[in-house]
Amino acid sequence: MSEAVSQKRNTRTGSSEGFDEVLVDVRDLKMYFPVTEGVFVPRVVAQVKAVDGVSFQVFRGETLGVVGESGCGKTTTGRCILQLEKPTAGEIIFYGDDITKYDSKQMIDVRKKIQVIFQDPYSSLNPRMKVGEIIAEPMKVHNIITDEAERQKRVRYLLNVCGLASAFADRYPHEMSGGQRQRVGIARALAMDPEFIICDEAVSALDVSIQAQVINLLEDLRDEFDLTYLFISHDLSVVRHICHRVAVMYLGNLVELADGDELFENPLHPYTRLLLNAVPIPDPDIEKGRAHEIIKGEIPSPINPPPGCVFHPRCPMAVDNCKKQIPQLREVKPGHWVACTEV
Amino acid sequence: MTTVSESAIEAQVEDLTDKTPFLQKAKTMARKQPVGVAGLAVVILMIFAAIFAPWLTPYHPEYNDFANMLTPPGADYILGTDQFGRDIFTRILYGARTALFVGFAAATIGAVFGLVLGVASAYFGGMFDLIFQRIMDVFMAFPLIILALAVVATLGTGTQNVIIAITIPFIPQCARVVRSNALAIREIPYVDAARALGFGHARIILRHMAPNVMAPFLILFTAFVGQAILLEASLSYLGMGVQEPTPAWGLMLQGGAEEYAESAPWVAIWPGVAISLAVFGFNLFGDAVRDTLDPRLRSR
Repeated sequence: MSEAVSQKRNTRTGSSEGFDEVLVDVRDLKMYFPVTEGVFVPRVVAQVKAVDGVSFQVFRGETLGVVGESGCGKTTTGRCILQLEKPTAGEIIFYGDDITKYDSKQMIDVRKKIQVIFQDPYSSLNPRMKVGEIIAEPMKVHNIITDEAERQKRVRYLLNVCGLASAFADRYPHEMSGGQRQRVGIARALAMDPEFIICDEAVSALDVSIQAQVINLLEDLRDEFDLTYLFISHDLSVVRHICHRVAVMYLGNLVELADGDELFENPLHPYTRLLLNAVPIPDPDIEKGRAHEIIKGEIPSPINPPPGCVFHPRCPMAVDNCKKQIPQLREVKPGHWVACTEV
Repeated sequence: MTTVSESAIEAQVEDLTDKTPFLQKAKTMARKQPVGVAGLAVVILMIFAAIFAPWLTPYHPEYNDFANMLTPPGADYILGTDQFGRDIFTRILYGARTALFVGFAAATIGAVFGLVLGVASAYFGGMFDLIFQRIMDVFMAFPLIILALAVVATLGTGTQNVIIAITIPFIPQCARVVRSNALAIREIPYVDAARALGFGHARIILRHMAPNVMAPFLILFTAFVGQAILLEASLSYLGMGVQEPTPAWGLMLQGGAEEYAESAPWVAIWPGVAISLAVFGFNLFGDAVRDTLDPRLRSR
């Protein structure tokens, strides 16, 4: 298998060509969290615009990275797709249907196909359940495998696939290391035999050597099970390594979306440029002589975002028009979308 | 499909089984929690007395020896007899049965209902939580004994109704404590994971959240048993609880306290000692359980 994987990996980097079937279509997604006052009759005094009109498509088989600073809405976007939050507005089209309109019963079929891997391997597993139970539970509840012996076989298989010994099935999560727990989280996501997995900072809590192992595992599984990933991360080097296409978010808005290499080599949006510029170069000699451009100012509050382009108060290229006109995402090159009027 | 060799992955497993012998553990426990172990000893003694009562005494709890009424403690009757010539020692042993039955039944029902309602309240949140908590506030506004009295006054006396009367004030107490713990658990990603896996509300509440509030639950439970025994004795003393001739400590206290406090003090003293010891035992044991289960207190 490893040979086949490495071959596939070679074709992976580059462009999104070959991926033409839209799996998930997010249209103008908005998630506002109300800020309320008053005990008995809560009234909404403000709204936190965590996600403010985000649209993108995820193609079957690809890995779409979502990057941005803390609080830019990337995790909330993922939670909306999972229907862990009910979006304020917008549509999420999955298999031709808008899943935001689904009730919890209809959602069960969607949940079998869309799964999630969480950031923190320590809190994403129920400490009172054995690893085997954690992985077997979804198969049992949704009658995916009804026979107990068959189910145990599948649990052992999934553990092995994720690089864990089958004996771990009898362990409790606290008896395992962070990397091992994250593998359990991955095995649990695979139990439903999903097509689409949202990796919400899936490797951010792990140390670098374990990160590399888990990333390789995710890549192997993608090829093995024909998975599609939405890879949410703030780690640009990890995203560059694993993702076919990358979306950059800032303050609840999508500012740039392009193929991985294109984005990293030829960033067009001023925010993306500054973001990439902030990545240190692992060579002190070059790093010393490099011109550092620091993003000025603080991230504005998502309760009261700036008018026009949300990035204009911090943008080195801002002109007067930026304060008025909200830039729309437009395709400046084939497959390269930017939300900036000045590019 | 496994690419990494089977033996290589299987070798990751090291044996984590705790091999400390039981006696060793018991010794460590006794050294760390001497008071708690003393409480546990009282509890065990009480359970022992309740189970083996017929073998520990030659008398029947309802047998009247009219020739020996109000006999002081002595050779025939170790703790003396009451005004009907019944052996007090025997009635205390059998009274332990009543106390334990009412105590455990009321504590279990009250704590379990409180657990489920408290977790559900935290899980659903919003309007449901708000309304539910206000209802609990109404119940908690009444002193324990008044609420229990009101329930007995409505339902009538008898062991079953006493249990219900004691259970009802326990539910809001437990629900309140459990809810505050469950609120924190609700934010932990494994609950999100369970939702993302499409599990039903009942499964998430019972399988994923409730087992993780076990520490406060067990602490409350042991405290509840002690409280329930005391409440049962109080209700019986007031004539609203267990009825004669069932042996019950509160009832014995009532029979003896007023008329014979001076002439035959043993009639009231021994059941009083039994009640105090039992409540003491459960409370000390409960404290020890809390110290052991609460990691914030563990190092002290």
